Amino acid sequence: MMLPSLMLALNDAAAGHGSLADAVIPKAVAAPELRWAGWILLLPAISAVLCTLLAVLRTKSKLPALVTVLSLGTCFAMVLKLYLSRGPDAGPVVVHLWDWMNFSWGGGPWKSFQADISLYIDSLTMLWMLFVTGLGTLIAVYASEYMEGERGAGYCRFFFGVSIFLLAMSALVMADNLLLLYLGWEGVGLASYLLIGFYYQKPAAVAAGKKAFIMNRIGDLGLAIGIWLIWVNYGSIEFNTLFQAFGDAARGVGGWDRSLIPFCLMLGAFGKSAQLPLFTWLPDAMEGPTPVSALIHAATMVTAGVYLIARMQPLFTLHPDAMATVAWVGALTALLSATIGMAQYDIKRVFAYSTVSQLGYMFMGLGVGTAFGAAYHVFTHAFFKALLFLTAGAVMHGFAGQLDLRRLSGLRKVPGFAIVSWTMLVGCLWLSAFPYTAGFFSKDLILVQAMSQPRFQVLGWIGLITAAMTAYYTFRVWFRVCAGPVSYVPGEDAHAHDDHGDHGHDDHGHGAKAHDAHAGEFHPHAPRFAINGVLLLICLGAILAGIPGIQALRGQHNWVQEMVYHSSAVRASGVDHVTTPVAFGLDPHGVVSVFGISAAIGGILIALWLHLLDRRMADRIRTALLSNGLTRWLPTSMENKWYFDEIYHALFRLPMWITSHLLHFFDRHFIDGLLVNGIGRVPVMVGRLFQPLYNGALQGYATSMAGGLILVLAWVAWRWLGAGGVS
Amino acid sequence: MMHLLADAAPAMAPTQGVTIALVLSAALFTVGLIGFLVRRNMILMFLCTELMLQAAGIAFIAFGRMRMDTSGQVFVIFILTVAAAEAALALGLVVLLYRRRETLSAEAWQELHEQ
Repeated sequence: MMLPSLMLALNDAAAGHGSLADAVIPKAVAAPELRWAGWILLLPAISAVLCTLLAVLRTKSKLPALVTVLSLGTCFAMVLKLYLSRGPDAGPVVVHLWDWMNFSWGGGPWKSFQADISLYIDSLTMLWMLFVTGLGTLIAVYASEYMEGERGAGYCRFFFGVSIFLLAMSALVMADNLLLLYLGWEGVGLASYLLIGFYYQKPAAVAAGKKAFIMNRIGDLGLAIGIWLIWVNYGSIEFNTLFQAFGDAARGVGGWDRSLIPFCLMLGAFGKSAQLPLFTWLPDAMEGPTPVSALIHAATMVTAGVYLIARMQPLFTLHPDAMATVAWVGALTALLSATIGMAQYDIKRVFAYSTVSQLGYMFMGLGVGTAFGAAYHVFTHAFFKALLFLTAGAVMHGFAGQLDLRRLSGLRKVPGFAIVSWTMLVGCLWLSAFPYTAGFFSKDLILVQAMSQPRFQVLGWIGLITAAMTAYYTFRVWFRVCAGPVSYVPGEDAHAHDDHGDHGHDDHGHGAKAHDAHAGEFHPHAPRFAINGVLLLICLGAILAGIPGIQALRGQHNWVQEMVYHSSAVRASGVDHVTTPVAFGLDPHGVVSVFGISAAIGGILIALWLHLLDRRMADRIRTALLSNGLTRWLPTSMENKWYFDEIYHALFRLPMWITSHLLHFFDRHFIDGLLVNGIGRVPVMVGRLFQPLYNGALQGYATSMAGGLILVLAWVAWRWLGAGGVS
Repeated sequence: MMHLLADAAPAMAPTQGVTIALVLSAALFTVGLIGFLVRRNMILMFLCTELMLQAAGIAFIAFGRMRMDTSGQVFVIFILTVAAAEAALALGLVVLLYRRRETLSAEAWQELHEQ
């Protein structure tokens, strides 16, 4: 049936470009005529300033959203124009915008340090910028409706954060040197922190923001050390110079610390992209508003780590151990977070763990040597995961913050939620890699590449097991929330109720009284034009994202592969084609096709059985597992995220807490108590010694003064007479 | 007469009469001190402190004479000025204290000591 055609999958994808292993990265040419691309950085900055201004002016309108959407939309148009004027196969160019740092203390390498605000534009940059600005614009439109309950200062603050994020993300992706990339890297971290803690009166949101920021700092330390080591070893941090230096073995002197560089960069990437061991911040980051989860914590920012490694692919290919580490970490993260995602009840948390899991696939793709597959998975994932989060946000918006999948059912039939339900179904199908969807093609590329190499075959099997789990937990959400009989319990979000009074029901003709929460009657607040329109557009994007996959399937050159081929990730822009059987007499493509499709469909069928046809069965299985002493650990540890937070608490926070308290005790009782206050107490003690002299009798004071005077005089006289006696 | 005086001045040694002046100063100071110690009347005690102050003034003049310059006398001018101001202040205080306790005895104010 479909197998023969799938067996052909990606047959000649790599062959078309000849041998890629020693492909040369072309030198970038200066392109001063593209200086207008600097507006892609300036426009979000201007919109951030305007949002601040609007906050100062206490605007209550939707003007901040309009400003942000306009500026981001213009950015997207400019990126599109840039792309169209270059085409998918243009070589890299460097656009110098402004001087930033430019020191030179002699000739030759290592004698100068140059980091300007310049853009390195190659097709990898374009690939990222297209979906970053495109999805950024769409999600800003969505947020203009989603955040309307916050109109006023909060609304301005939100769009300020989104603008700052787009500014930093564009700087990160378009930077022509590692320092500007680092600046953007920190900038997106800041924007992420500000937006996770958007509801700053909620302690959980504040804690989640801090956690994200601190976890990211650990990774960023690695990135900073990596950049420093790159300069020490290669004498430059500009991509254009570096890519030539990586190819030139004579250029790199340096010793053992040279092989440390990819591991340092990796730490930064794992922190930003929420991989083992720094992944625990991403699920907590769901405390932020849902558009933020969709834009920053699913589609764009978290792929910065993938971008970094894809961008530095010429360096990583020099270090096979580093590549293997990336692959293993990615695969293990994918598996681990999938197991956690299977046991969560909060819809956004399920999707958050699926994001961690899918990011794991991307790193696995990078590690096994197909930046093409990884970049394609980033691209498809950006659409379908943004879609899933936005539908979850629409549900949350409509049901007063309710996100528990046990308390929502049959949304498909609730008036106004049809578009949400069906677009969520599209997202779920894409995420679970249902055959012939974009998610299927991109996952397939990664798994085939893993299967084709004997040393990575284990990872391929891990990926297939994870794919089955992914299909199960994704459809667990959909069958619970969107299918089945209609029943729902509204959440406790007071904001959503206020929301209703303002506009929700009036717009839909439900009548103004229907929303009255005090009457005990709850009416869901159906999404309106902005949310539904954006959902449909992103849904369309997710469907279209499958086109390159179909082309790859037919062995044609496809857009994403062209993009990766004409970038610094050229050496990993293909997929190995191995025909030797790996298992059951099937070659890698066959294995991935057969088992991948069975995994997806099997997972969906299990979810159908447990969460739609016989919902009580799922609870019975859970109860049975819990009541058996031997298996009790399985559901409890999955529901408790394998106790990662607790383990980190015991390993890092608790020792630090104990040490800080010991030091506090030392500081308080020894430094403060004994030294500072002790010395301060000496004059008091001496004073207390003489205090009885001050009895209030004036003549008593005078007598002691006179006595003292007489003593002094007697001493002087004795000295004088004694001296006189000597002479 | 003028001539005689002018003629006699250089013949006088700088230390001449200094001892007598210092003895006078010490005597005046002792009188003031003893008066301060034995009396309880605040006005008299204040007068005794004035005596001690003026004893210091005499000592200044004596030492100025010994050094053959006018700085001692300048000091005394300042001391007298300060003493005038201080006398106004102190007498005012004494009047206020008298109004509070209807007595001039310093013992009425013994509770003003440090705790």
